[in-house]
Amino acid sequence: MIEIKNVYKSFNSKKVLNGVTLSIKKGETKVIIGRSGCGKSVLLKHIMGILHPESGVVSVEGKGIEQMTTKELNSLRMRMAMVFQGGALFDSLTVGENVGFALYEYSKLSHQEIDERVEEALCNVELCGIHKLMPSELSGGMKKRVAIARALCVKPEVILYDEPTTGVDPITAGSINELIRHLHDKFKVTSIVVTHDMKSAYHIADKIAMLYQGKIIAEGSSQEIQETDHPVVYQFINGVAHGPITETIDKFI
Amino acid sequence: MINLIRGVGAKIVYYIDYVGAIGKLFFRTLYWMCIPPFKRERIFLQARVIGIDSLPIVSLVAFFIGVILALQTAYQMQKLSSEIYIANIVALSIVRELGPVITSLIVAGRCGAAVTAELGTMKVTEQIDALETMATSPVKYLVVPRFLAFTFMLPVLTLYANIIGILGGYLICVYRLGIRSNMYLNMTFDSLKIKDLATGLIKTLVFGILIAMVGCLEGMRTEGGAEGVGKATTISVVTSFILIIAADCVFTAIFYFIFP
Repeated sequence: MIEIKNVYKSFNSKKVLNGVTLSIKKGETKVIIGRSGCGKSVLLKHIMGILHPESGVVSVEGKGIEQMTTKELNSLRMRMAMVFQGGALFDSLTVGENVGFALYEYSKLSHQEIDERVEEALCNVELCGIHKLMPSELSGGMKKRVAIARALCVKPEVILYDEPTTGVDPITAGSINELIRHLHDKFKVTSIVVTHDMKSAYHIADKIAMLYQGKIIAEGSSQEIQETDHPVVYQFINGVAHGPITETIDKFI
Repeated sequence: MINLIRGVGAKIVYYIDYVGAIGKLFFRTLYWMCIPPFKRERIFLQARVIGIDSLPIVSLVAFFIGVILALQTAYQMQKLSSEIYIANIVALSIVRELGPVITSLIVAGRCGAAVTAELGTMKVTEQIDALETMATSPVKYLVVPRFLAFTFMLPVLTLYANIIGILGGYLICVYRLGIRSNMYLNMTFDSLKIKDLATGLIKTLVFGILIAMVGCLEGMRTEGGAEGVGKATTISVVTSFILIIAADCVFTAIFYFIFP
């Protein structure tokens, strides 16, 4: 469904994506793992068309995002949703207005129908009845859940999650993992999850891909990744302090 | 020497790039202004924040400017025994120059900075990216309402500041300097022509566009967390002030030489 071919991107002469190639099938949950700052979020933003590759192609259902007109891109974006790392809820709007934002803006549904969809989305993330609160009144975990509810409200075919369990307590992280799994099973959405939380990755992934030095260096099921003999992947998934990843850093220092 | 040339060249490129970015944002704003859906309530909300909420500070400053101008003019005119002309000078100075410029500077400092800080915070917390992922143009959602509110509220505020400034001068002249009330008012309205009022208000339309464009541009290209927001806000206010004064200089010269 989503194809990423040889994508290159750099910021201020720092190469962030260095020929990434990855494909995501319809209905699949693909987890992209990698160290902080390795370009995982940048990759997600390329899929949403927020960032543009210097070279390479990102295509959805066979059509390159760069070749799409604004109208085509917008209609694609209505079928996809992204959950940002910090939630990215709009501070000036209530939780309800945040969750129903896209529907209030573009759908022909009545306000009452939208309110019902908002409440349904909030109940799906176990936060029924908080639509009148402001984002500033929510905890970090609640913000992430509301962000997921905002993504769900448009009933998307694809959801991109940017570090959904980072910065929340283990119990909330567990419930977010359950939620992602549940959404995948119940609504059959295609999910791309960026994380460095391995527990979360094993729990939710159909396939795991590791991004390292701007490239996908390994890809496989949870089982295959756990049994890998690739030294970089091994060091990362087991959280070993010394190994090829840290040696590379030491060399630069 | 080479470093100096390189530094100057980099600055020139930066300013050309800046002018290009302002121009690009301006035309994108005009484009998105014409694309439905049109949400009037967003424009009214910004008009309230920029216009009505600025009334107290504009009143205070305009009143003081009127008082100061009257006293300062009286200091000169008393030597010539021509106190009666204070009314003309106060009215013309305020309506042609001080009203538009002071109001624009207040609005740039108060609202232009607020717009940059708000949009900058939205940028660094990925709210602007989130807008895009929801098929919403940040220019349409954020810039267009602010652009319209600045452009149309600034002339209204200026008109109001003109009245309050003239009132300040009136109170000083009538109650402290002993000029008769009807005499002061006659001199004020006799000296003012439609042209004087129009030139002042036309300028503020352009000042409003400048404040909106600089405020929104700086906000939308903010990078680097809280520090970045602070820097962007400072740059926004300083740039707006410089552009307002420079544009005022150009307008005054045009109005003086071409439409005397």
